Amino acid sequence: MGLSAFKRALWVFHVATGSCNGCDIEIVAALTPRYDVERFGIRLVGTPRHADVLLVTGPVTRMMAERLRRIYEQTPDPKAVVVVGGCGSTSGVFYESYNVVGPVDRIIPVDVYVPGCPPRPEAIIDGVVKAVAKLEKLGAKV
Amino acid sequence: MSGWVALGQAAVALVAGGVVGLFFRGLDRKIAARMQARIGPPLRQPFLDLGKLLVKETVIPKTAVAWVFSAMPFVAVIASFTALLYLPLGPFGPILEGHGDAILVLYLLAVPALAMALGGFASGSPLGVVGAQRELVMLVSYEFPLAVVLVAVAWRLTTLGLAPAFSLGVMAQHPLWTMVGPLGIIGLTILLVSLLVVTPAELAKIPFDIPEAETEIAGGLFVEYSGTYLALFYLADAVRTVVMAGLVVALFFPYGIAQPLGLGGAAAAAVDLLFWLAKVLVVMVVAVTTVRVGMARLKVDQIARGFWWRITALALSGLLLLALDKVVTG
Repeated sequence: MGLSAFKRALWVFHVATGSCNGCDIEIVAALTPRYDVERFGIRLVGTPRHADVLLVTGPVTRMMAERLRRIYEQTPDPKAVVVVGGCGSTSGVFYESYNVVGPVDRIIPVDVYVPGCPPRPEAIIDGVVKAVAKLEKLGAKV
Repeated sequence: MSGWVALGQAAVALVAGGVVGLFFRGLDRKIAARMQARIGPPLRQPFLDLGKLLVKETVIPKTAVAWVFSAMPFVAVIASFTALLYLPLGPFGPILEGHGDAILVLYLLAVPALAMALGGFASGSPLGVVGAQRELVMLVSYEFPLAVVLVAVAWRLTTLGLAPAFSLGVMAQHPLWTMVGPLGIIGLTILLVSLLVVTPAELAKIPFDIPEAETEIAGGLFVEYSGTYLALFYLADAVRTVVMAGLVVALFFPYGIAQPLGLGGAAAAAVDLLFWLAKVLVVMVVAVTTVRVGMARLKVDQIARGFWWRITALALSGLLLLALDKVVTG
């Protein structure tokens, strides 16, 4: 079985690195009956060890940087990182703030950016699906 | 029966048990989704999940006790599948009939829970340890009512002169409902209810999912498990669901429909096997799916107290009614 296995069974772990809870709520909205990502096999899991994709929100505060790096390392390969929201993509309004060391791609490698403040659930689902394409490309290389 | 025939039957039962277990897990998720007005994952989702987990990297944390951590998923899978061989499968008796009885099935059902707890303790993560402790608290809480139910049925069968009463095969061939008086029927109903309450606890499903509790202890005893090991636990869980529902069916609903329909031979076996699968599915939907959709997670002390006082009292009163029934009917 190749990495196409990820196409229909993607487990997602949500990392909040100091976000305002706006993006986080939109991630939860994607699980609700209206969007129901479980029908694509996407599941929110409770630990990075079970995850295939990290959904990172927030501008990465000084305290969270080390934790974010550790969570990335704890996630078993193959994995992809999706940044959700403007803060995670560019640090947003917190850019060069004294307590912010982000954006996320200064700390860990990022595969997909989903901009928006907050992005709509459709955009988040689209981002996660793009992450699958990255995982499959990894599979083609192996 | 020669050893080779038994071996062949066992191989078929194990493979079919795994497939049915995963398929029923898919049905469980689909039905749960429909209850929440969602579309839900496709029925083959558990197979896809399993396939994906086998592709993933399997991490053994540096702080874990490596050999315990790696051995426990295998123990859980082996025990779950072995329990399947001691279960009456519809028209067929237990494949290993005569080599172990209902007490053994109780232990085989407890072994995966213990394996998960040991794996959690060995994982080197505080969340895993908390999950493992909760699993053990729950194990000592629900084992007693579970044993009471089994002992009550076996004891009543003994008083009716049926032996060996602790064999699940004998229990399945002699449903007690028609052999006891009205008091006994009330007692049996009470025992059935307590067994149905124990079922989701045995399988650690909502409202009894405190050992995993993803939203509070991040997956609990599975917190450090990944890849192949997680897949093994996933498989063990799916098979254990079938075993537990099969146990309820064997104790309380062992009826077939081939005889009333006037079928014979291979057709009878096929119809009864399908009917058995349907009964297992109904028990799973009633005891696991509807309950997990309709309820929230209970607290640790609520579960411990609930099982030790309420459900144990319920099961014992069922046992008492069966005993009274014996006195009344003689």
